[in-house]
Amino acid sequence: MSDTVKLRIRRSATDDFDEFTIPVQKWTTILECILYAKYKIDHSIAVRYSCRQATCGSCGMKINGKPSLACFTKVSEIDGDTITVEPMANFPVIRDLAVKFDRLFKNHRDIIPYMNNDPPDSSRMHLQSPEELDRFIQFANCIKCGLCNSACPTMATDTSFTGPQALAQAYRYVADSRDKDKDKRLRIIDDSHGIWRCHFAGSCSQVCPKGVDPAMGIQLLRGYMLGLND
Amino acid sequence: MDSKKNNREGIGGMANPGRYGIERVAYWLMRLSGLGLLVYFIAHIYETSSILRGEVGWNELMAMTDTPEFHIVLIIVIGMCVFHTVNGIRVMLGHGGIGVGRPTRPDYPYEPASQNMRHKITIYSAIVLAAVAMIYGSTVLFGV
Ligand code: SF4
Ligand code: FES
Repeated sequence: MSDTVKLRIRRSATDDFDEFTIPVQKWTTILECILYAKYKIDHSIAVRYSCRQATCGSCGMKINGKPSLACFTKVSEIDGDTITVEPMANFPVIRDLAVKFDRLFKNHRDIIPYMNNDPPDSSRMHLQSPEELDRFIQFANCIKCGLCNSACPTMATDTSFTGPQALAQAYRYVADSRDKDKDKRLRIIDDSHGIWRCHFAGSCSQVCPKGVDPAMGIQLLRGYMLGLND
Repeated sequence: MDSKKNNREGIGGMANPGRYGIERVAYWLMRLSGLGLLVYFIAHIYETSSILRGEVGWNELMAMTDTPEFHIVLIIVIGMCVFHTVNGIRVMLGHGGIGVGRPTRPDYPYEPASQNMRHKITIYSAIVLAAVAMIYGSTVLFGV
């Protein structure tokens, strides 16, 4: 790996790429490259980030064409010495690499992303066995980064689609043995732009940085709605 | 809102099979073969309806379609049909939550269980079977 890389950033003002030469080391992340360009060369670059450790879900963008977290992708993982970063597809651009999450958050809110149950009788919490926990804990890892929605081919053409992020979260709460809102949630996603619009291309699961596997959650939920699994 | 404002990838992004592995290629081939078969189905109804014009009408259309160009179209139809059927069974089972794995506590590096080897093998098999059927179709239609 060479000591510098060429960083190409898509700028919304010109709808073209600006190029920067960035000094790198083996452990340098793409986010660090962008911040180097922003601090040392061009302060006007707009980028959203916070945790720098794949936890907050803020820094999603297309890196060499594929939706990825900038803080979770190292320069050493990229083939060649040119890195092209663009805003995530299927999200309206605010400026440069920062995109609007309104639709993702709306779809997420719509599926009732919280547990609904009566308070437990005693002072104890609602009890759950490890097996019951295993049915949904993988889906609770979602950080709402939106990479899945950006990779999804249905999201690319259908503005009303609920999207893999929200559908996987619908599964997460439906599969939770403590929740009492299953039917309400299923009625919401039982829509031609809801769960039936997923064609199981699986790209959502390929880009998810937290191992959530939204495609699995969606198919399991659909199987449940069709009465094929419990 | 138009697709530029939404930054949607549109048909180009939907069809781009290069970035997400063989599953996305299968998704794309499924759409393409589905549309192709729909066109063939409509043309086929038109073709067979020529019987309403009696034996002469039927023979006229048969003579028109008995050309190398139409045979090539038929061979492509055979390939689309076989791929769409085999991959369609995979996708239908998957849509019912069958063969997509079970939720676990994932460890890094995350390998999505829904994109497992069974699916990959079925997709490659669908492509190979379609190719074999097309080769067989060519030997029948062109008599080689
Ligand atoms: S499912 Fe994965 S890719 Fe989608 S928003 Fe959640 S963490 Fe991001
Ligand atoms: S900065 Fe928080 S996920 Fe990248």
